[in-house]
Amino acid sequence: MEYVNPEGLRLDGRRPMEMRQLRAEIGVVSKADGSAVFEMGNTKVIAAVYGPREVRCEYSMANFSTGDRMRKPKGDRRSTEISLVIRQTMEACILTNLMPRSQIDIFVQVLQADGGTRSACINAATLALADAGIPMCDLVTSCSAGYLNGTPLLDLNYVEDSAGGPDVTVGILPKAMLTKSEVDLPIGLYFLFQLAKSSKLAFSLLFDLYNNVVLLVDGF
Amino acid sequence: MLEQKEKPEQYHPALRPRRPSTLNSSQQSPHATHWWRCASQAQLQPSRRRCLLPPFWRPKAPKSKRYGSSARLHCPRAPPAFCIGSVVREHYLRDDIYCGAPFCKVCDVAAARLGSSTSTIIIVDTNVVLHQIDLLENPAIDDVVVLSVVLEEVKNKNLSVYNRLRALCSNSQRRFFVFSNEYHKDTYVKIESGETPNDRNDRAIRVAAQWYQNHLGSAVKVLLITNDRENKKKAIQDGIPAETVESYVRSLGQPALLDLIVQPPSEDVTMEDAEDLRPSKRKTIYPEHKPMSEITSGLHRGIYHQGKLRVNRYNPFEAYVGSESIGDEITVYGRANMNRAFDGDIVAVELLPQDRWQEEKSLAIANDEEEEEEDDVHLAPSSADDAPRVTNILQAGEKDATPSRPSGRVIGIIKRNWHSYCGSLDPMPMPAGEGGIAHALFVSKDRRIPKIRIQTRQLGNLLDKRIIVAVDSWDRLSRHPSGHYVVLIENDIDARPFSSQVLACLPPLPWSVSAEDIANPIRQDLRHLRVFSVDPPGCKDIDDALHCTLLPSGNFEVGVHIADVTNFVHPGTPLDDEAAQRGTSVYLVERRIDMLPKPLTEDICSLRSDVERLTFSVIWLVFFSGQAVDQSVLAVRIRLMDPLTTDLRNMNALAKKFQIDTETHDPLDIDGIQAQQKMLEPLIQTATAVGLCLDVTSSKALADSLDQAVGDDPYFNKLIRILATRCMTQAVYFCSGDLSPPEFFHYGLAAPVYTHFTSPIRRYADVIVHRLLAASLGICKLPDVFQDRPRLTGVADNLNYRHKNAQMASRASVELHTLIYFRKRPTDTEARILKIRSNGFIVFVPKYGIEGPVYLTSRGQKGGGEWIIDEQQQKIKKANGKVSYGVLETVRIHMEVKEPQPNRPKLELTLI
Repeated sequence: MEYVNPEGLRLDGRRPMEMRQLRAEIGVVSKADGSAVFEMGNTKVIAAVYGPREVRCEYSMANFSTGDRMRKPKGDRRSTEISLVIRQTMEACILTNLMPRSQIDIFVQVLQADGGTRSACINAATLALADAGIPMCDLVTSCSAGYLNGTPLLDLNYVEDSAGGPDVTVGILPKAMLTKSEVDLPIGLYFLFQLAKSSKLAFSLLFDLYNNVVLLVDGF
Repeated sequence: MLEQKEKPEQYHPALRPRRPSTLNSSQQSPHATHWWRCASQAQLQPSRRRCLLPPFWRPKAPKSKRYGSSARLHCPRAPPAFCIGSVVREHYLRDDIYCGAPFCKVCDVAAARLGSSTSTIIIVDTNVVLHQIDLLENPAIDDVVVLSVVLEEVKNKNLSVYNRLRALCSNSQRRFFVFSNEYHKDTYVKIESGETPNDRNDRAIRVAAQWYQNHLGSAVKVLLITNDRENKKKAIQDGIPAETVESYVRSLGQPALLDLIVQPPSEDVTMEDAEDLRPSKRKTIYPEHKPMSEITSGLHRGIYHQGKLRVNRYNPFEAYVGSESIGDEITVYGRANMNRAFDGDIVAVELLPQDRWQEEKSLAIANDEEEEEEDDVHLAPSSADDAPRVTNILQAGEKDATPSRPSGRVIGIIKRNWHSYCGSLDPMPMPAGEGGIAHALFVSKDRRIPKIRIQTRQLGNLLDKRIIVAVDSWDRLSRHPSGHYVVLIENDIDARPFSSQVLACLPPLPWSVSAEDIANPIRQDLRHLRVFSVDPPGCKDIDDALHCTLLPSGNFEVGVHIADVTNFVHPGTPLDDEAAQRGTSVYLVERRIDMLPKPLTEDICSLRSDVERLTFSVIWLVFFSGQAVDQSVLAVRIRLMDPLTTDLRNMNALAKKFQIDTETHDPLDIDGIQAQQKMLEPLIQTATAVGLCLDVTSSKALADSLDQAVGDDPYFNKLIRILATRCMTQAVYFCSGDLSPPEFFHYGLAAPVYTHFTSPIRRYADVIVHRLLAASLGICKLPDVFQDRPRLTGVADNLNYRHKNAQMASRASVELHTLIYFRKRPTDTEARILKIRSNGFIVFVPKYGIEGPVYLTSRGQKGGGEWIIDEQQQKIKKANGKVSYGVLETVRIHMEVKEPQPNRPKLELTLI
């Protein structure tokens, strides 16, 4: 299948290095200490943070988030894995040494999945943490990238994600420290670097968005 | 959820005192000006579908007990196939899609493809592309805007046309521009309620045409070409100039172009009436093809069998369909049973009842003249005629014959393999009116292809000429498929000169080894060695050379030097693309069609004498006993010299020590395919007939027993080897990731893995191996394509295709020269019998390397006539017992060129 046509357009009309439309909103769950909704195109994730207590994370997908509505048992392997990924990513940037013997709960739910749910979850969790006022060394920005038809593509949607090409989810602290990188197929180091390099573009975009959302709300 | 995008979120209790802030990143992003997202996605995409439950899945009367509670009664669980699903996709509209006209003031003209001084821009609709692709390929048609909606529709309907259109769009010589109207903010069209996707697409084409006209203003005329009456009417209503293909081509004033226009099928019928010569014309000649849904379900249930139809080279009325589902070949006899299928089509076949299976005829060699007679028998309206005739044969022939090979008939064609065919027109009197439309029958050079009916306005030009014809359609009412005349190249070989972009990639001439190359630490300097080539003196594209030096230790250093083509052909350049496309050089008699441009093949990469060249070299240390001990692969630069006799003597002495060539074991790309014992059956049959025992348990055992198969004359062994290679499948190129290691092997090579890298000038496969070699030696980075398996597989497939075509072309070229040679001089010569069939045998003439059938019986006769033929024992005896022949025996034959049908001369072999 042709994922990038010779005119350089992807199936949904984006160019390879363009992200989907981003939208973020914080303070969406009133009872939580911090919360955020994060959208990348049709992927939509809500995150709520309670704490500081000890760091904990839970991930789930709403039944209605995918194309075919199905009941999924809670705590399946996939969810556990993604919870772990988000937890580890967040632990890397939360200044846990400032909050000894405490717990932070992060609840992330995918409301609508259209590829790139992991990155959207990390982005939403970051915003929710910021909203809750948890001390962090930096804000994590995350984005996926893949390699299809011989072209590196940024921010894969569901169709591109399920195409079977190699893809990588990268989480980066804007102070240029890689906190997380997951690859789902064996790919050459050269391509990994190429993908990581291309996803850099996304991070400045995301960070701008964070700044706007967080700063505006908190009135800085 | 999606439709409510702009409303507050429902799950948001909004009880928090804080003001939620919403920000759209696109307002800040550098791409912001480029895209919009449509406000309501649900309406936007035609891909959002709801498939409703079919009526029979609605709950019926509540009498069923299965549904337990009444609550569930109203929603029984539908099977997964009928789940309600909705697909929501994003669709970004942009403002950075440009019109492609170089004179446009608003757009970015960097990628502009249209002519700078054009007065008319043509926009074509989908059906025009699908049917008139031959016309579009003619250089007279230019300045065409291809809309993405058209591309998409063409892709869904016919992939091969799509590929041709894509090739046109990327061809720098042509002015075809792809306009992504589906992603442009002003030309995107939403489907309206009650509108079919077809109508929507037609409207999108009109909107795009309108946009072009408004965008480019009055400087140019934007012309919509459509054969759809409704579309044309609406376009003209909207003020868009629109024309049909025919009227546009007429306006160009080139009558030859009119021949390229494919007539729509409806006109076809009326035309037939006018032409009508035979009273039975309007009768249905062929049974209808079954609809696709029926075929699919039939295949599932095992009633039908799917496979590729292969027409017998010697008898075009007989075809085989290799079917996996019954594990055997199904034989299809006669055009009626073949039901309009061409050689190479993927067809669905239904088995005939067993009493109608035929055995005897399958082994016959059909004669050319049989055609008309066969036509009458097999093309009769009802195939019921067949049955009695068959039983007759069985009675007349062997009574105990129990047909073992299943016969069948084609009930549907899953995939057509139509392409263009080379041949000439059946001779016919010139029609009275000069320049009018004439209908003619085209006879293909390939006997497996039926006659094709074409219509032309230039009959006088085409008669007695080699022409190329493409097939358009074959309906049930016509005996022959209809096609149109095109000009193309047989065997799909690109003999055109290289384009200017390709030539631009070449280094400037005169070329010599640069100081940079000399300083390059990767390259080793071997200019002190005496390197020589062993190609004949006239050879211009020399891609390998040797050296052989006696070392002080008494051993030899032997080097093989291969031209370093990849140093000049860089991946991703137009030169590389062109070479990958051509795949191989084609060698014809007295002519060569190059894969790479002449400056490379004959100068820069050619290892001629007394010049310095860059090469890849393999160097062995060889003991005098012939045992190679050390080997190294290097990138070097060398100077070539004329060989000294001592070098050649040394080489010769060493060559005698090597029994088999074992040096090629570079484990990179590999040739090969699995062998099956079954394939060797014909060989074993022949071998037993001449009392030879062959061991076919492994390729090594076979090779050994072939070595031992020495008969009483020197040619015997060679013939057995020819037969053995016939049985093997052709070795192919493949990407080593595509197959598992056991599948790599090829019977013919007594080595586990094999590749070649010795001719990068004329084989693209060797260029690939060179790149891998360079990367593994650390000379250069591995090109991207090697990480992309589908693309590499595509390259390998193309190489196989080109290789096969090149072989066929050189064979055809040899055939042609044979005909020219024997036309003037009928010859008597010796020949060897290769195979015995029911009405003759196939001989091989060692002196000329020619193979052909010898008929023992005239065409009317079914049996052997005065000859008694035993196919099982592969023996022929004259009825009076005086003369007898066995397989591989020598016969004397007479060779003469005859022309039974005009323009189809052939070499006829007769027994003396």
